[in-house]
Amino acid sequence: MQRIGVFVCHCGTNIAATVDVKTVAEALGHEPGVVISQDYQYMCSESGQNLVKNAIKEHNLTGVVVCSCSPRMHENTFRKAAAAAGLNSYMVEIANIREQCSWIHKDIATATEKAIILGKAAVAKVHLNAPLTAGESPVAKRALVIGGGIAGIQTALDIAEAGFDVDIVEKNPTIGGKMAQIDKTFPTLDCAACILTPKMVEASQNEHITIHSFSEVTDVKGFVGNFTVTIKKKARFVDETKCTGCGLCTEKCPMKKVPNEFNMGLDNRSAIYIPFAQAVPKVATIDPNYCMMMKTGKCGVCSKVCSAGAIDYKQQDKFIEQKYGAIVVATGFNPINLDKYDEFAYNQCPDVVTSLELERLMNAAGPNGGTLLRPSDKTHPHKIVFVQCVGSRCDDSKGKPYCSKICCMYTAKHAMLIREKYPDTEVYVFYIDVRTPGKNFDEFYRRAVEQYNVHYIKGMVGKVTPRSDGKIDVQASDLLANEQLHIDADMVVLAAAIEPDKTARPLATMLTTQMDTNDFFTEAHPKLRPVESATAGIFLSGACQGPKDIPETVAQASAAAAKAIGLLVKNSITCNPCVAHSNELMCNGCSSCEKVCPYGAITYIDKEFRMPDRTTAVRRVANVNPAVCQGCGACTVACPSGAMDLNGFSNSQIMAEVDAICK
Amino acid sequence: METYTYYPGCTLRTKAKDLDTYARSSAEALGIALEEPADWQCCGGAYTTAKDEIATKLSAVRTLNSAKILNRPLITVCSACHNVIKQTNYDIANSEEMAAKVNNYLKLDEPYNGETTVYHYLEMLRDVVGFDNLAQKVVNPFTGKKIAAYYGCLLLRPSKALAMDDPENPTIMEDFIKAIGGTPVIYAQRNECCGGYITLEDKAQAAKRSGAVMKSAEDQGADMIITACPLCLYNLKKNSGSELPVYYFTEILAQALGLKEANNE
Repeated sequence: MQRIGVFVCHCGTNIAATVDVKTVAEALGHEPGVVISQDYQYMCSESGQNLVKNAIKEHNLTGVVVCSCSPRMHENTFRKAAAAAGLNSYMVEIANIREQCSWIHKDIATATEKAIILGKAAVAKVHLNAPLTAGESPVAKRALVIGGGIAGIQTALDIAEAGFDVDIVEKNPTIGGKMAQIDKTFPTLDCAACILTPKMVEASQNEHITIHSFSEVTDVKGFVGNFTVTIKKKARFVDETKCTGCGLCTEKCPMKKVPNEFNMGLDNRSAIYIPFAQAVPKVATIDPNYCMMMKTGKCGVCSKVCSAGAIDYKQQDKFIEQKYGAIVVATGFNPINLDKYDEFAYNQCPDVVTSLELERLMNAAGPNGGTLLRPSDKTHPHKIVFVQCVGSRCDDSKGKPYCSKICCMYTAKHAMLIREKYPDTEVYVFYIDVRTPGKNFDEFYRRAVEQYNVHYIKGMVGKVTPRSDGKIDVQASDLLANEQLHIDADMVVLAAAIEPDKTARPLATMLTTQMDTNDFFTEAHPKLRPVESATAGIFLSGACQGPKDIPETVAQASAAAAKAIGLLVKNSITCNPCVAHSNELMCNGCSSCEKVCPYGAITYIDKEFRMPDRTTAVRRVANVNPAVCQGCGACTVACPSGAMDLNGFSNSQIMAEVDAICK
Repeated sequence: METYTYYPGCTLRTKAKDLDTYARSSAEALGIALEEPADWQCCGGAYTTAKDEIATKLSAVRTLNSAKILNRPLITVCSACHNVIKQTNYDIANSEEMAAKVNNYLKLDEPYNGETTVYHYLEMLRDVVGFDNLAQKVVNPFTGKKIAAYYGCLLLRPSKALAMDDPENPTIMEDFIKAIGGTPVIYAQRNECCGGYITLEDKAQAAKRSGAVMKSAEDQGADMIITACPLCLYNLKKNSGSELPVYYFTEILAQALGLKEANNE
């Protein structure tokens, strides 16, 4: 019989306000094997932990049940406390009476009864617990950063700075991401390219950093410290090692009518292209959808003019495999597609543009060389209407429920820059709320209103009607003046909501990390572990985790790097001992477990068995690699003969819990 | 030939005979028999959004119920009637309280709980006939004609209850125009309000609204504008001050099917 101690936490009033903790402690004290049952205000505090430690020593406890918050919060805390008192960590069980009880119930009697039942289940389980010993596994001293925007670049630079090798995988032909497309940055109005491009160069020249541009992650295997990742290097039909980036091919290419992604389709590029002058790596890429040689076999101009002989029309996708200790996700964001927003006439009129398109229109390296001209007739606009929250804070199926966070600031920036450069232009901004928290942010917005006389109007635009005379009729409401407005604008700029990149969801599946309903990666804890995912060894950097501006992205990127470095400096990490094992005498070698194992931890071996009649027979039985097994338990459910079991969560332990609940 | 219950509504008996006549003849040509329920009444005219207002919705329920008794879908054609009947049906199907109150008033032989499927005539063309099949039956195609579809506000909204098409970015009428060989004109005001009943109180306001619609369609080069709503047609014709021809969609449908002479306007 185990000697069990029960410790019921008040969690301040989090638990105690809804659960009568004294009654719980009292009731559990009568359970078989329980020798001490206590309650305390904050069990996770030092004095609370001491309570547990002293009880273990004093009462010679062999098992501990803590009735408190979710095991995801403090299981580790109490395991460590038990270990410090000489008890095996895996003899500790948590009964979650906060998230699964006090927080979701209102009635004290019901909640108390449920807390007692949850406690009894944990006691029943501890009776069957056995001490477990964690093994160790080595850490591969290399990090992978997925995404080469400012988040990925900063993370990679910081990891490299600590002396570890790091690979950046970027799906586009160049690193730089969205920041490379931006003209100026708020609130300082310094030029984005001037602060980003040196970092891009630094990344490419750093001996510890390898950039895989035009590449994608296609498979991830393994676990923390020991990931095996397959990277697809997409065929760019140009030999990266030979191309010097001279750009002659892009000049001579006869196919010049390809929408230029970098300029948001506002101008054209050639079929062989370098996205922009400061691209890293500065290597040309052939777009096979437009290349005449690839489509018809007739042309070959680029190949003829290339003195380096870098053109290779027959190049194939290449797959490389690499081991990593840590993976940082930095897949970033995109503005949402505005096709569904017919009320703003985005698809009807070229002079209705998104904010990112405006960035390109105003950028010195953009389609108009930095002069703001209307896309339709290349004339100077004299009246511009900005519409905020297009698709943000929106409860219908077209938009996003969240605030995209960056739009208020970049719209103020756009408005200010336009008023500064073209004082004859009137600028209107329609907003629901102006949200400008952040260092020097509200001052920036006030400057747009007070110093630059931008007309900020609280209210939403209802209808945008393009007219044949080139004007755009904007119908809107001014909620403060309570009147309808009609503005005959020359341009309309839509602050589109931002959403995670489309590649994020399949990647999350590969990494077995969690996402929220909006496809943003979920952090391990919203306050205390903001840059780690719930999956060990996977870290989050930048807007893949939620809308962020550049300073916040860079801060998070460095934080993610610090976490990754903290992992990489270790030579080995402690494994989870709660892994599956197979009872070879019961295993019939059917392969059911192997098929459901998501980690490839199960293999089959032929083993010699002594039979009852003193003969020997060779049988095929399952064998679990404990270093690869993550303890998910899928095999234990799939096994038809009941041979598979999970340490710490054995079938008998789970059934004992169920029995205790149903009693 | 499949038979559907057909609800014309009051206006189609008086001011909007063309909307009705050509709906019937075209349906027949497309192999669909439309049968009026014997005892139909006014749809209620406008849908009252007050949750406790039941009386004005009862006549719509009577029509829905007579379709249910015959186990047939109900076809409507007037935007306003469609809006009232479909919303009433949606509310009864989704609110037990509403259904209980309605059945309390009506004392039908069997309670009505929103069983009837309601199609607008355009939905019938899209989902029952199919625009591809329609295109094959066209004898006088509108080739080269630039036709602007005017949805107005009632045909598609509220989208949750009416569930016909995206209210801000609809395609059903444009697809219809393509099926009869015409070229649809997309213009910004196609799903804005025509002014509606405000014409009774404030003609200038109705003129402003309907004028904006017509101007926007003309601006985008439309040769004609089509609608499913008698009140929209009235406002666009009489209040807008524009000369752009306005037709019911059933008129040009009948014309395309060779059931009606071309308009000479």
